[in-house]
Amino acid sequence: MSVLLRTEGVHKSYGGVQALDACTVQIEEGEVAGLIGPNGSGKTTLFNVITGYAKADAGEVYLSGRKITNTAPDKVFALGIGRTFQLTRIFPSLTVMENMLVPCRSTRAADRKRAMEQLEFVGIAGYHAAPAGSLSYGQRKLLELAYVLVADPAIILLDEPAGGVNLSLVNNIADRIRELNAAGKTFLIVEHNMEFVMGLCDQVTVLDSGTVVAAGPPDVVRTDRRVLDAYLGEDIVDDADPGEGA
Amino acid sequence: MATQIYQAIVDGILVGGVYALMAVGLTLIFGVLDIINIAQGILVVLGAYLSYSLSVQLHIGLFLGLLITVPAMFVLGVAIQVAFIRPLRGQERTAMTLLVTYAVALIIEGVLYRVYGPDDRELSASYVTSSVHVLGFYLPYIYLLGFGLAVVLVVALYLLLYRTRFGRSVRATMQDRTAARLVGIDTSRVAALTFGVGVGVTAVGGMMFGATNGGFNPNSGYDLISRLLAIIILGGLGSIGGALVASVFMLTVVSLVDVWSPNWANAVFYAALVLVLVIRPTGFLGRQAVRAE
Amino acid sequence: MKGGASRARLAAGARWSALAVLVAAALLFPVVFPDPVLTNYGVFTLIFVTAASAWNVFSGFSGYISLGQAVFFGSGAYAVGIAARDWQVSGVAVFALLPLAALVGAAIAVPFGLVALRVRRHTFIVVTIAVFFIFQLMAFNFSFTGGSSGLPAPFLSWQAASYNNPFYYIALASAIGIIAVAWLIRRARFGLQLRAIRDDEDRARGLGVRAMRVKLAAFTVSAAATGLVGGLWFLYLTQVEPQSGFDPLFDLSIVLMAFLGGLGTIAGPVLGALIIEPGQLYLTIRFTNGYYGEILLGAIFLAVVLFMPRGIIPTAGEWIRRLTTRGRSALPVGAPQAPGPVPRGPEGPRRRPGAEDPPPEASEAPAREARQ
Repeated sequence: MSVLLRTEGVHKSYGGVQALDACTVQIEEGEVAGLIGPNGSGKTTLFNVITGYAKADAGEVYLSGRKITNTAPDKVFALGIGRTFQLTRIFPSLTVMENMLVPCRSTRAADRKRAMEQLEFVGIAGYHAAPAGSLSYGQRKLLELAYVLVADPAIILLDEPAGGVNLSLVNNIADRIRELNAAGKTFLIVEHNMEFVMGLCDQVTVLDSGTVVAAGPPDVVRTDRRVLDAYLGEDIVDDADPGEGA
Repeated sequence: MATQIYQAIVDGILVGGVYALMAVGLTLIFGVLDIINIAQGILVVLGAYLSYSLSVQLHIGLFLGLLITVPAMFVLGVAIQVAFIRPLRGQERTAMTLLVTYAVALIIEGVLYRVYGPDDRELSASYVTSSVHVLGFYLPYIYLLGFGLAVVLVVALYLLLYRTRFGRSVRATMQDRTAARLVGIDTSRVAALTFGVGVGVTAVGGMMFGATNGGFNPNSGYDLISRLLAIIILGGLGSIGGALVASVFMLTVVSLVDVWSPNWANAVFYAALVLVLVIRPTGFLGRQAVRAE
Repeated sequence: MKGGASRARLAAGARWSALAVLVAAALLFPVVFPDPVLTNYGVFTLIFVTAASAWNVFSGFSGYISLGQAVFFGSGAYAVGIAARDWQVSGVAVFALLPLAALVGAAIAVPFGLVALRVRRHTFIVVTIAVFFIFQLMAFNFSFTGGSSGLPAPFLSWQAASYNNPFYYIALASAIGIIAVAWLIRRARFGLQLRAIRDDEDRARGLGVRAMRVKLAAFTVSAAATGLVGGLWFLYLTQVEPQSGFDPLFDLSIVLMAFLGGLGTIAGPVLGALIIEPGQLYLTIRFTNGYYGEILLGAIFLAVVLFMPRGIIPTAGEWIRRLTTRGRSALPVGAPQAPGPVPRGPEGPRRRPGAEDPPPEASEAPAREARQ
């Protein structure tokens, strides 16, 4: 398994806040990787740095061994990294189909067909002519996923894909991810929903205060003392059962 | 030649103070309400005319008259905000507020033409034309008073914003309107009052403008608003201190260029704006464009 | 869905016929109403139709409000004036200079855009205003622009009765041209990218849209068209001065026109210009004092923005839609009644249109509804 995406020693601060501190993360090709950590630990900032929405103060980002640090978002996209946002960002005044066509190379029939397939895949094909602004929150999440997929990226960064949606939709999304992964796509997922992460991911990295405190398979990470410290604060009782999720 | 330059610098700083008075209201309104108030130029002129009427018809001194014009324009500002700006909603809010404030400006300009006619007026008082002679420089009294007033006003605004409860509400609304509402701040009221303050402050700028510009008429608003816009962009939209710095800086530059070539002094203003924006798109002291547009 | 498809075709057919009628009417206008007073209205109105549509191509689609179109208008005017003078062009040949006006407009737009389009929207507006004033000042100060007296246009020894007509038809051609361009842009990927930029520029960038290029291209097209009619206007009025070629009211008028008609729509600026320009002309002629005119214009602005904020066309469109969809179910327009076959999503066939999620598969804890 080769390493597809790697960050090395990334530093990023906003004013006085050190959002990322010597952050080193490694994603293997073809895996579903999870990125968890308490609020403010720097997960979204890391996404922003990887995808060019924020400039790293120091450190490097590598895609398939090639340095892509501080590349502009449109070029990052062209290199095959797709990304969704925590607060779904779609184009409200465009129709659903038009949203899908934005990342496409053209608006010809072939692209429309592919766009339609993706819409069907996530299950909102019926809304293709509706203005995207009229979609509900869950539908927008699906749309965002769909249009990230239509460009056929090699690796997809999902920022809280299960946030704010109900259980069956969460399962729906998880199934979609599994199917895409089986077809060869790599994922890096930021999530707070522990069941979602633990049930889906091959490998989990834990961030706290901008730096990696643990990394490994879900079962190992969930019982790691440092992870519990990060979520629950210092000085927890020694042999407490970590339980389900945080 | 050297004395000319030094005098130009001194002039620039003093006039810069006057412009700061005019620009401060504009940047405050932008900072809190996210509105570019195109009517600011004509509001300055209105302030000048009000001071003129008070002085000529009622023989009330210029500075004394401020006690009337400032509250009057404050009320006008609140009225404008409530009547024309508050109802605006929707995606194109920027364009709409622009059109609305321009419309208000046109109406005020038309009214001023009707009432006062197109001829130049001037605010005069004994201290307007005399100056004090210091270290070989001429410092007109009116400018000194004006500069002092500008400093007092900026300090007062700072105190208002940072030491009062109202000021806290204003700053909260500036940063995040929704969050401010969630903690119980009546953002509509804050918006209306802030607009009122922005316009009320302009009354002072208007008086100073009327006294120092060497004549004004209803058409003076155009040139003014463009300069004021340039100043607040340079100083950073929403930054009061920035408005002061930018005013002084820009007017000093203009004053210096004027020594060499009066024709181009005006153009330098705008060229400098363009230049600065190329280098630093958020202006001297501007915040990063964190606000979603 | 036969009913829907044939209804759509009918609507499209109606639209094209209406358009044909409109174009025919415009072509026949000077023939039916040969009075120069009326064709004068026609010339000015068509010039503004072009200018407002050109503004819309950039500002309406991209969301970047430009108050500097007068830069191109005036530059086009001056370009024709300077060329006519320096190259000793006279007679009908002056019209051959119009493409030059368009070119000058486009040439100015490139550096202008490269500087102005780097900044955020609010700053952008002010930069366009600043550049506008720079150009006005340049026109005043340079000698080759004739200074404050401006430039005269070569005299055309045509008959007074039909003097306006060539201008009318050229203006009409420009108007049709820019409207066609706007229509084509909107249908093309280019238009999609512009509208995506208007909605969320950063997101669009993140999806591969080369924002600067797209904006600059639209800006340049808009500038070329505006420059062209600027040149035409100069030839028609036979003179240009700094304050008339670079007139702040010009920019405000076209923004108002586009707004009144409907921002971002294609017919909107046309409708707005057709309504406002004749009105403005009438006011200028009637109230030569100008003061009432200003107050009235301001009042109309306010009324439009407050009562019809989205413009006539979108508002009218909404009324029509409300009328025609009375009593129907709330399906998105154009959506099929049942979901299509879903090759990979097992929940598909069970999904009712309009419902967000299928019922939970296993009987777990009740679905936690999380809404916006």
